[in-house]
Amino acid sequence: MSDDHDSPEAIAAAKKKYWAVFGVLLVGTIVTVLMYFVYFEKMWQTVTVALIIASFKAACVGAIFMHLSDEKKLVYRILYPTVFFVAGLFLLTVWAYYDPPAMTTHVR
Amino acid sequence: MQATTDTTEHTSHDDHHDHHHDIGFLRSYVFSTDHKIIGIQYGFTALLFLLFGFFLVLAMRWQIAYPGEAIPVVGGLLEALLGDMAAQGKMSPDLYNVFGAMHGTIMIFLGVVPLAFAAFGNYVVPLQIGAIDMTFPRINMVSYQCYAWGGAIMFISFFIPGGAAQAGWTSYSPLATVVPTDGQSFWLVGMVLLITSSLLGSVNFIATIIQLRAPGMTWMRMPFFTWAQFVTAFILLLAFPPLEAAGVMQLMDRVFDTSFFLPSGLIVSGNPMNEISGGGSPLLWQHLFWFLGHPEVYVLILPAMGVIAEIIACNTRKPLWGYKSLVYSVLAVGFISFIVWAHHMYVTGMGTKISTFFQTTTMIISIPSVIILTCLFISLWGGSIRFNTPMLFALAFLPMFGIGGLTGLPLGFNFADLMLHDSYYVIAHFHYVVAPGTLFGLFAGVYFWFPKASGRMMNETLGKIHFWLSLIFMNAIFMPMFAQGLAGMSRRMSDGGATYAAANMANEGVIGALSEAVINSNIAITHAAFGLMLAQVPFILNFFWSITNGKKVENDNPWEATTLDWQTPTPPPHGNFTKPIAVYRGPYEYSQPGHDTDFTPQNEPEKA
Amino acid sequence: MEIPYTVKPREDTGLYNAKVGIWLFLASEVMLFGGLFSSYVLLRVGAGQGMWPHGLMNIPIGTFNTLVLITSSVTVVMGWAALKLGNFGKYRLYQAITILCAMGFLGIKSYEYNEKFHHYELWFHAPKTLAELPDAKNQAFVEDGLTDKEKIGTLPSVVGHFGYEKDGEEHHAGPFWTKKDFEELGVTEVIVHLDDFHYRIPARLQAQIKKKDHGHDDPSEAGDHGHELRIPISEVRRISAFVPAHSTFFAIYFTLTGLHGLHVLAGAIVIFYIWGPGARMWKRDPERYSNRVEVSGLFWHFVDLVWIFLFPVLYLL
Repeated sequence: MSDDHDSPEAIAAAKKKYWAVFGVLLVGTIVTVLMYFVYFEKMWQTVTVALIIASFKAACVGAIFMHLSDEKKLVYRILYPTVFFVAGLFLLTVWAYYDPPAMTTHVR
Repeated sequence: MQATTDTTEHTSHDDHHDHHHDIGFLRSYVFSTDHKIIGIQYGFTALLFLLFGFFLVLAMRWQIAYPGEAIPVVGGLLEALLGDMAAQGKMSPDLYNVFGAMHGTIMIFLGVVPLAFAAFGNYVVPLQIGAIDMTFPRINMVSYQCYAWGGAIMFISFFIPGGAAQAGWTSYSPLATVVPTDGQSFWLVGMVLLITSSLLGSVNFIATIIQLRAPGMTWMRMPFFTWAQFVTAFILLLAFPPLEAAGVMQLMDRVFDTSFFLPSGLIVSGNPMNEISGGGSPLLWQHLFWFLGHPEVYVLILPAMGVIAEIIACNTRKPLWGYKSLVYSVLAVGFISFIVWAHHMYVTGMGTKISTFFQTTTMIISIPSVIILTCLFISLWGGSIRFNTPMLFALAFLPMFGIGGLTGLPLGFNFADLMLHDSYYVIAHFHYVVAPGTLFGLFAGVYFWFPKASGRMMNETLGKIHFWLSLIFMNAIFMPMFAQGLAGMSRRMSDGGATYAAANMANEGVIGALSEAVINSNIAITHAAFGLMLAQVPFILNFFWSITNGKKVENDNPWEATTLDWQTPTPPPHGNFTKPIAVYRGPYEYSQPGHDTDFTPQNEPEKA
Repeated sequence: MEIPYTVKPREDTGLYNAKVGIWLFLASEVMLFGGLFSSYVLLRVGAGQGMWPHGLMNIPIGTFNTLVLITSSVTVVMGWAALKLGNFGKYRLYQAITILCAMGFLGIKSYEYNEKFHHYELWFHAPKTLAELPDAKNQAFVEDGLTDKEKIGTLPSVVGHFGYEKDGEEHHAGPFWTKKDFEELGVTEVIVHLDDFHYRIPARLQAQIKKKDHGHDDPSEAGDHGHELRIPISEVRRISAFVPAHSTFFAIYFTLTGLHGLHVLAGAIVIFYIWGPGARMWKRDPERYSNRVEVSGLFWHFVDLVWIFLFPVLYLL
């Protein structure tokens, strides 16, 4: 490959990053479990904290391990619509659940 | 991952069989990795399934027009094959449901999508972009095998005790979960295989179009057919997986007694279901199904629009009008199609805000669709139209798709849909887009590309008979259904509405009972359906006869087309092009001033 | 003629074919797991009061499994880096660790699943009161956030490890048993070794209560609570192990982790093939070989990504 990113120097430097991310992920996992013991008033607060930590870990894996931080435009162009559609699936189905016809409610 | 070529092989028409001897019959024709063979495999299999699906609905139409009467000719055979469900050659309500569910499933997933996307796409797209094959030929082969085996499982399910799936092609839970036939589970397993086939195919198509365009083939020089296939592939790639997830969940409901889609307190046939946990949601199935189901309809139409575009450009001898608009519109249609799905769910108890959202996106998506149709219409203006068979189908496509598309608009409004949902109006709408819409596009494609694949032309006279009869009968079948639907006739009624007929004594004085005219239309429609079946005979005869007896083409480019698929030998050999290809111009350089001929192929070098 | 760009990247995209292919495939996998996660959300918000189990997952084991997968993620990328630098031996070593981690993950998962299949719930025809079953007081929470004083004494069901008596000896119930299996044995009573908690308590409250109360980490630990009940079969409406059919929670738990597990297995098989039988390509075409390693590594990272979300959602929330 005639790519700068894959030159021996770049890869040797990247190895340090990989171990750093490994450390971050280990710490992140411990933090996630510790948050389990922290009580939040509302469920949405708990969910938000959990998702923020998970998203941060996922971003590290994606950006560094999967080389997304310096990946080609084409890969982003594949991923952006994907993220949009999966977000749409989540948000619209949940919205549909919470928007029933007037004066009705779900039977559980 | 290589095309199997060496530079010394023959490239003439008749003896491309010879070098196949090196790798054997199985690897040449059954497990081939050549995109053209795979395309033909898909094509033959899909056409067979289309015919089979047509027979299913003919039997249903008999029952609708003459409820309770034994089906002529095949009644005895059905009884022999299917037992009690076809007792005395009559179509029982259960059998009606079986045929109805399988007609939809087979036509969509085993017929139209494999033909439009996989068959035409596989054969033509690599040729049109100047590639020697798909990026992943072995995955291409696996993709076809998954489709074939998925189809086999669907077919076999007819013959197991209890019969095939019978909860509609939409397979809604709880009905689909509690129906006491393993056929429903076969359907789910078949769907998983078909979805796998589609996913593998889409990866191939998209990677191929991105990576294997010949030098000079920029994105905006690609034929519109390839753009349409590109967007179709993206839709399949991203919309199918949630349905695959849902299919697995419904299979678990059936086999492992989970309650993904089964609510608490469910009572089936008078018996409360005590053994299951409940707590599930039937609406969850609907969301996941229609998340695919809506983009799926664009999968059905976009390849056909692509075919039509190629044929119109070639047979008007002028460039397509609004190429850029066409490209941006097809991208927009693909994108927006992911956020309109719940317009299939207006009557499930959605509030005004969410309904309005989906209504709005549904209206918005009609804009790029209309832009595409308009560009194709305007492309005719000032053209030197050649009225050959492919062009006749292409010309008819335009108003027919117009009717289909416009009649979809009332369905997109949630207040109008409250009355029209699940009525014959819906059946008429979607059959107009798929039958005289997509199928006409696909027929056109067969007539158009037949000479490239076989070296012979199909017979024009038979083609024109096929065209005119199909056009007349399709309209005779589906136009009255709009009136039936507006009159309140529900779909999926195995007695053709007799229970709700005004003539039925029990319905005396009932408002909204179905009138004589509505009920009698059933008979005319059924006759037209049989007429449509007869109209396919010239096509089937023409197709097979022409393979060996059709008029031989005089050169590799009988239609005098500009796109790269017509600049290959006939039929194209392994590797497609005899020398490296480069592209110098756009795809529709017809009737350009200053040229000797009225067309300039994309790969012809500029004259000095 | 060979298909171009199988090894060398195409100039305008900067990518070789398999990389385009794998990212497209991963996009479809995002939609697949996205569909399942959105099902999780809808099932959870739609679940009736007390119907969604909490605190039944073994958090230490889940955490350990997470660390195993994270380790395999770094070894897979270190293996690729070693290969790009020409060090085949190091690559071999790192990748072997990856495969071992994968096997470990699957082994631990199997242990977890097996535990679930032997862990039971029994629903009564009519809910019992605390007066009738005083020993089951730790399972009598029915509302969110109740204190000791506010425990209401109804027990629609009890959870624990079940057994039966035959010929004077106690036997454990097998996996996947339902009420029918007990009936077919001809026993008149179900022996219930009660869990410390009932799953009706939301997870975030369980953590609080566990800290205050007995100091046991995991209600799914059997045996050392001393409370045993004998329930006549006639009072039993339904018996289910913690299997997919038990509740929508377990249905989605097993589906999500099962599908994820299949992906771990598939990824491990591919990585193993490239590491073992497929390693001949390293001599023939090293660049193509390292591309294969890269592409399979991308799939492996995706599998890790899914678990990064699965773990907190299923085990902790």
